[in-house]
Parts: sequence; C-alpha cells; structure tokens
Amino acid sequence: MANKIFVDVVVKYDAEGNIIPLSILWEDGRIFEIDKVVDVRPAPSLKAGGQGIRFTCRIQNKYRYLFFEEPRWFVEGS
Amino acid sequence: MERVILHSDLNNFYASVECLYNPKLKGKPVAVCGRVEERHGIVLAKNTLAKKCGVKTGEAIWQARLKCPDLVIVPPNFDRYLKFSKLAREIYCDYTDQVESFGLDECWLDVTGSLLLFGSGEKIAQTIRKRIKAELGITVSIGVSFNKIFAKLGSDLKKPDAVTVITQENFKQKVWPLPVEDLLYVGPSTCKKLRSIGIFTIGDLAKTDVKLLGEYFGKNGVMLWSFANGQDQSRVSNIEATHTIKSIGNSMTMPRDLVCDEDVKVALYVLCDSVAARLREYNFYCTTVQISLRDNDLYWYERQGKLNFPTCSSTEILSRAFELYKANHKNNKPLRSVGVRACGLVSADTTQLSMSPDFVNMEKWQKIEGVVDKLRYRFGHHSIMRGILFADRNLSGANPKDEHIIHPVSFFNGF
Ligand SMILES: [Mg+2]
Repeated sequence: MANKIFVDVVVKYDAEGNIIPLSILWEDGRIFEIDKVVDVRPAPSLKAGGQGIRFTCRIQNKYRYLFFEEPRWFVEGS
Repeated sequence: MERVILHSDLNNFYASVECLYNPKLKGKPVAVCGRVEERHGIVLAKNTLAKKCGVKTGEAIWQARLKCPDLVIVPPNFDRYLKFSKLAREIYCDYTDQVESFGLDECWLDVTGSLLLFGSGEKIAQTIRKRIKAELGITVSIGVSFNKIFAKLGSDLKKPDAVTVITQENFKQKVWPLPVEDLLYVGPSTCKKLRSIGIFTIGDLAKTDVKLLGEYFGKNGVMLWSFANGQDQSRVSNIEATHTIKSIGNSMTMPRDLVCDEDVKVALYVLCDSVAARLREYNFYCTTVQISLRDNDLYWYERQGKLNFPTCSSTEILSRAFELYKANHKNNKPLRSVGVRACGLVSADTTQLSMSPDFVNMEKWQKIEGVVDKLRYRFGHHSIMRGILFADRNLSGANPKDEHIIHPVSFFNGF
C-alpha cells in the first residue's frame, strides 16, 4: 500500500530490554533524528493498515507515529 | 458462590483483520476465501456488508458473487489471524489466568477471582472491549453471565463492539424468547427434532419435562434442558487457542532433483529448521512427524511417525524425518520435492517434563535453536546456517519459513 512506508530505523535496546527508536532513514537517503518518544502503546494503523507497537515521536517539532510491526518498522504516508 | 464468566467473540474475525490491513476495503463487501486452486474455493468469512447481501460462510465463491456482484474476494492470511488471536488472548490474560479458547476468535474467561481487583464482570468486559478496539483495531462483542452457555449466548445478542449482561434475574426475559437453535450444541438435526415436539424457543425447552427430554434425546436432552435453565456448571478450562492449529508444515520443490541421501538431508534440514522455528514461535511441541515425497515421475506419498517425546527441536524432527525417508524411500528414485509437517501439536506450556537423557539432550538443542531464532530475527535468516547446508547452496539457499502453511482444525466457526 502506498501509504504504508517501511523504513530503516536505528534502534537502541536498553538494559531493561526496552526498544527506543533513535532515527529514521528515509528511502531518499535523508535521516530524521527522533528528538523524543512521547508515547508507546500497542495500536492499529487505520491509515496505513497494520498493527504493532506505536511510538509517537517528536521529529523536528512535529509528532509522527512510527510503528514496529514485527519484524519491520513503518510510518504512515500522507 | 456465583461465578462470573465472560465470552468474548472477535467480530467477523478474518474479514475484520483483512480490512484493517487494507484500508481500501473500507465500505466494500468483503469475503475471505480459501484459495481456488487448492479446492477451497469457498467463503471462509465475510464482513458486515457482505453479510447484508446474503453471503454465507461455506458457500462457493461463484454463489456468493451471484448475490453480491461487487464482492471483493481476498485470500486468508492465517499468520495474521494467529497474531491477532494471540494479542487478544494476552489482553484477556491481564484479567484472569482462566482463559479457554474456542476457535481462534472466541474465548471464555472466568473472572470470578478478579472482581475485587478490577470491578464487576460488566466493568471488566467494557475495559476489554475498549482495549481490543484501541490496541488491535478490530472489535469484540462480549457476553457476561454466571455460566459459559449464557455468556456465549450473550456475546451473540449485541454486536459488534458491545457488551451484554445476562443475570440470574433477567435470563428468563433475555434468553427464553430466543430460538432454541441459538443454544450452544443445538445443531440443525437436534433443532429439527425439538421443533417436531413443539419446542421452538429456549424457554419452551426450559419448561419441558426433563424426563421427557431424557426419553427423547438421552443424556444430551437432559444437558440441553439444564443449559436452558441456566444450570450449566462446566468450568472454564485453560485451553490454548493454538490448539486449533492441527499441524505446521512446509514443502519445497527443489531447484534440482535430489539424488543422494546427503541431498535429501540438506533439504530436510532447511524444512525442519523452518518448521521448528514456527513451532517455537507459536509455543508448540509436536508429537508426530510427517514427510511427503514426490519423485521425478511425480509419484507422491506421505509417511508419518511418532516421536519419543514432544519436541520443538529441529534436530529431533530432522532425525525422525530422515528415518522415515530411509525406511520408505527404498527405490532411491531422484526426488523432485519434499515436505515436512509437524503434527499432533501440544502446548509447550503444559507439556510434561521427562528426566531421560534423551530429553535433557533435546532440551539443550531447543535452547540452542531458540538462540538461532533470535539471531535470525535480528540479523536475517542467512546470518547463521548449519554447516551441512553449505554442501549445496542451491538446495539450501531458500528461506522457507515465510511460506509456511498452517492448518486450523476448521475453517468454519466451530458450531
Ligand atoms: Mg467471531
């Protein structure tokens, strides 16, 4: 689906086993640093079609959902 | 003490999951259909819009299309259904450890022991209903009652995304006017017989002389009578949803014919590895191994054999599979395709432990293979390989796990 965009993600596994996404590598080569993860919960993506752990990320002062749908990561396209 | 039982039913389960994964299906009548080429050209599930057109589970695709020309046919994705079934079960397990699965989409929960912690049965049901919607993106309907039969009945009364409470006080108003076939275990033939003696509603059944029912229907008659009167005492047992999966198997047609034992072993290794990985993923052990062989004249046969103890170890499955091959493939004809299937599945959680050396050795292997699963998950399938697989990369290069076939007991909805 056009608006389910699978992306490369740099992830930190902390000592407690938490998964923290650090940056998203866009398909055109751009890298988006994630300033902060403000919310983590299991959720569906009604827009892109899927379900996984949803990270609400602050990227360049905008909030964006990043989904971990094992074993892949995706973002919702517009 | 009165029990508090919930019956939770994922609405239009397969179709809901498919619609969630494909937002373009929104607003269209959708049917999930078994693959035509595999003879199962039939409707396995449908969404509400398709239901409105009269599409029925179990009918052929062409029949469904006659009633609903715009019907969108999608193939089933059992992996997805297993994932959602498991996720729903995990939510249920937050409220009680007594969860009994009935197919992939239904569960009974005994929450009697959780009331102090979480509030009334209705409150727990509402919490679960909201969580399923928010976390999974599909809906459930939940029946709350003092026995399993009425809880199940309740989950059918209002749907989707709803909770129905049936109590000692209101069951005569809510349940008794319903047609008798709404009762669990009243199938078409029982229903016909009941009607022939003037029993049309559950209330009719409840008020019939139990002796008469015993004479007509034997023990079942007495059981149904007690159900109708709210006297079902059956317990919520701890049965894994995954019991509805009968076997996990995989087969491959080879890039070249297998001409010697070594070739066959490489192919079996690849298949057994993938079958075992899937067993571990779904928390199963298998008790039986089945192989299927097709030679270069396309003659095809299957053989199966029991294992000494339940296992999810690729090494154990492989050695049994190879034994079966050696014992049965006497003519040594080159093989075109091979398959391995793990059958007689049991839940890994409830499997009895044994202290025999074989078992201890097997456990060791299972641990090693679990580590391999993790490595592959993080670094890709080919990041770690068995030495034997380098004998011929043509034969071993495939990653068969993604093409796995899973066979639930029934494509239909139980009763
Ligand atoms: Mg259902």
